[in-house]
Amino acid sequence: MYIIHHRGLFFWITGVMLAAAIGAILAWGLPLGIDFTGGSLMQVNYQEGTRPALADIEKQVALVHEGMVSVRTVGTNDVSIRARTMTPEEHEAIFAALSSSVPITEIAYTSVGPALGSQFTDKALWAIGAVMLVIVLYIAFAFRKVSRPVPSWGYGLTVIAMLAIDIIVPTGFFAAYAHFSGAEVDSLFVVALLALLGYCVNDIIVIFDRIREHLNNNEKTGLKESFEDTIGKSINETMTRSINTALTVVLALLALIYFGAEATKNFALVMLVGVVAGTFSSICRSAPLLIPIANWFAKK
Amino acid sequence: MTRYRVSAAIALIAGLLLTYFVWSTQADPTSSYRFKLGLDLAGGTELVYKADMSQTPSGEQGDALSALQGVIERRVNLFGVAEPLVQTERASTLSGITEDRLIVDLPGVTNIKAAVAALGETPTLEFRLAAPASAGQATSTASFVSTGLTGRYLASAALQFGSGATAGLAAPQVILNFDSEGAKLFEKITKENVGKQLAIFLDGQPISAPVIQEAIPGGQATITGQFTATEARDLVRNLNFGALPVPIILQSSSAVGPTLGAAAISAGVIAGIIGFAIVALFMIAWYRLPGVIAALALAEYLAFMLAVIKVIPVTLTASGIAGLIISVGMAVDANVLIFERTKEELRGGKTPREAVHIGFSRAWPAIRDGHFTMIISGVILFWLGTSIVQGFALVFVLGVLASFISAVSLSRVFLLAIVPEHKEGPWSFLMGSGAHNS
Repeated sequence: MYIIHHRGLFFWITGVMLAAAIGAILAWGLPLGIDFTGGSLMQVNYQEGTRPALADIEKQVALVHEGMVSVRTVGTNDVSIRARTMTPEEHEAIFAALSSSVPITEIAYTSVGPALGSQFTDKALWAIGAVMLVIVLYIAFAFRKVSRPVPSWGYGLTVIAMLAIDIIVPTGFFAAYAHFSGAEVDSLFVVALLALLGYCVNDIIVIFDRIREHLNNNEKTGLKESFEDTIGKSINETMTRSINTALTVVLALLALIYFGAEATKNFALVMLVGVVAGTFSSICRSAPLLIPIANWFAKK
Repeated sequence: MTRYRVSAAIALIAGLLLTYFVWSTQADPTSSYRFKLGLDLAGGTELVYKADMSQTPSGEQGDALSALQGVIERRVNLFGVAEPLVQTERASTLSGITEDRLIVDLPGVTNIKAAVAALGETPTLEFRLAAPASAGQATSTASFVSTGLTGRYLASAALQFGSGATAGLAAPQVILNFDSEGAKLFEKITKENVGKQLAIFLDGQPISAPVIQEAIPGGQATITGQFTATEARDLVRNLNFGALPVPIILQSSSAVGPTLGAAAISAGVIAGIIGFAIVALFMIAWYRLPGVIAALALAEYLAFMLAVIKVIPVTLTASGIAGLIISVGMAVDANVLIFERTKEELRGGKTPREAVHIGFSRAWPAIRDGHFTMIISGVILFWLGTSIVQGFALVFVLGVLASFISAVSLSRVFLLAIVPEHKEGPWSFLMGSGAHNS
C-alpha cells in the first residue's frame, strides 16, 4: 500500500521529471535530422590515421559547395557531412574534393527532398495522435463493464495522460543527449516513441486489468472495499510482473546498445529510457491517478 | 496429461523442423528462401521519384503510374543488377501521401550519379492538341491540351531518312509505332481533330507540331524535328527501351556501401543472440522450471518468426532486426504474466496443474488487451510508411502475433505436459520463483 499512501510524493516526482524533460526540450530543442527537414547526409571513411582536421575538411567542402555545411566525426576514421539537398552532380563534386588529398571511401549517402521531409513530419505527428486515439477507444471498450467509481472512458483518459508523459520524458532525455552528443532526431526516433506507446499501454493495461478483475469480484461477492484499497492491492499484485518484464526488455535493449548496429543505437537508448520511465510511471502513477479522478466523479 | 504430452512432442518436432528449415535454407546459397536483406544491410541505392501528374486527367493517373513502373523496370534491367525493385505509391489522403511516387531500389549499386543519369535518359513522350482558342498560333507549352496518347502506348521506334522535297541531305526522321490500343487512340484523335495542330512533346518540350490533314489509321507517327543524325539515333534507342507517360523528378536518394551493411548484419545477429541468451538466463534463474519452458517456447517462437520472415518474404533491415529483438521482449512478458498468476494460485493452495490452468485463464484478458493495442500501434506504424519504419513495423506486428501463439499455446502445452498433480519433493522448488524456496 506504500505507493497509494505516498501517491502525493509520486505525483511530485512526476511533475519534476516532466518539468525537467520539457525544460530540456525548450532549452536545447530537438535537432531534426534530414528525414524531417530534407537535406543530404554523406558518411565517408578515411584510411587509418589519414583523417584531416575537421576545419580542413570544412574548407575542402566549402570550395565546391555553397550554403550551410556541418561536418562531424564518426568513430575514429569516419566523417559525416550534412548539407542542404544536393543534386547528384554536387554530391559528386564534394566527393571529388574530399578525395583530392587522401583516398576515401563513401560508406553511405542519403538525400531527402524538402517536400518529402515535411510530409514525414506531418505523418509522424498524425501517427502518434492516431495511435493514442485508437488506444483510448479500445480501452474504453475493453473496460465497458467497469463503470464505478470511474467511468470506462476515464481509464482511457488516464492512459492517455500517462502515455503523453511516457513520450515527453524520453523526448526530453533525447534533447539533452542530442545537445551533448550531436545526435539528431531521425525516423527511428519516431519508431522508438511509437514502440514505447505500445509497450507502456500494455504495462498500464496489466494493472488496470487487475483492478477490473477485483472490482468485478467485489461486486459478485458483495465485498465492501474502498477504491483505494482495491488499487493498492492491484498494484502490489502486479508489481513483480511489471518489474520482471521491464527487466527483460531492458536486458534485450542493453544487448542492442552494446552489440547492435550503429544505426539502431540511439533508437535502443531512447527505448531504454522510455521503458524505465514508463515502468515507473505505470506502477507509481497510472493507477494512483484513478483515485483523484474517482473522487472527482464522486463529488459530482 | 497424455494429451498434453502428445501435443508437446508434436510442438517440439515442429520446432526442430522449423529450425532445420531456417538453417538449411540459409546454408544453401541457391535456395530461394534465403533472408532478403534490405539496402541498408546488403548495400545499394534507393531513388525516390515524384511522378508529375499535373497534365494527366485524374482518371488515367493509376494507369499512367503502372505504365511508368513498367518502363522504369525495363530501364533498370539494363543495369544488370540482381533483383532490382521498382515500386509505386499512389497519392491518397488515406495513406497520407500527397503525390504519386516511384521508388527504385538497386542492390549493389553505390554510384548514385550513374544510376540517376541512366534512369534520366528515359524520354517522356506525349501527344498534345493545340487548344481551340489559340489554334494555328499556339507556341507556348500551356496552350496545348493533353490527349491521353503518351509513351505508354509506344511499341517501337525506328530511324528513317526522309526523302523530303528539300534538296541535299535527307533529314533524319523518327518513326513511332504504337501498340494496338495506341493505334486506335491515334486514329480517333486524328479523325476528330482534322485541321488542328497535334504537337509531339519530348521531355516536356514540343519538338514538332504538324497540322492534322486527315485521319491516320495504322498506328504510325513520324517526328520530323530538327535532329542531327546522332540525336535521332540516340532518341530511337532510348524510345525503344520505353518512353515515360509522365515526367519524373528525383526527390530523394540514398546509397549504402557494402561494408556498413555487413557490419550492421553481424552486429544485429550478435546483439540478437546475446539478448536472447540473457533474457533466457534471467527467466530460468527467476522462474526455474517454468523459466526453462519459457526459454524453450521463446526459442521455438524465434524459429517460427525467422521461418515466416523467409517464407513471406519480409525484407530484413537494421530496424527490422531491432523490431525482432523487441518483440522477443514482448513475448517474454506474456510468459511472465502467466507465471506470476500461476504462482499466486500455488500460494493460494492450489495443486500445480490446477494453478497452471487458472494462471493461464486469469492472465488471458491482460494478454489479449495488451497484444491488441500493440498490434494497433504496429499497423499505424506501417501506415506511416517510409521503408525504415515499415521494416520495423512489419516484423513487430508479426512478432506480436507470434508471441500470442507462443505464450498461449506453446508454454501452456509444455508446462501441462510435465507438471504433476501434487506439489511434492523437488516440484515445490521447481515451481517456485525468485529468491524464495517456494
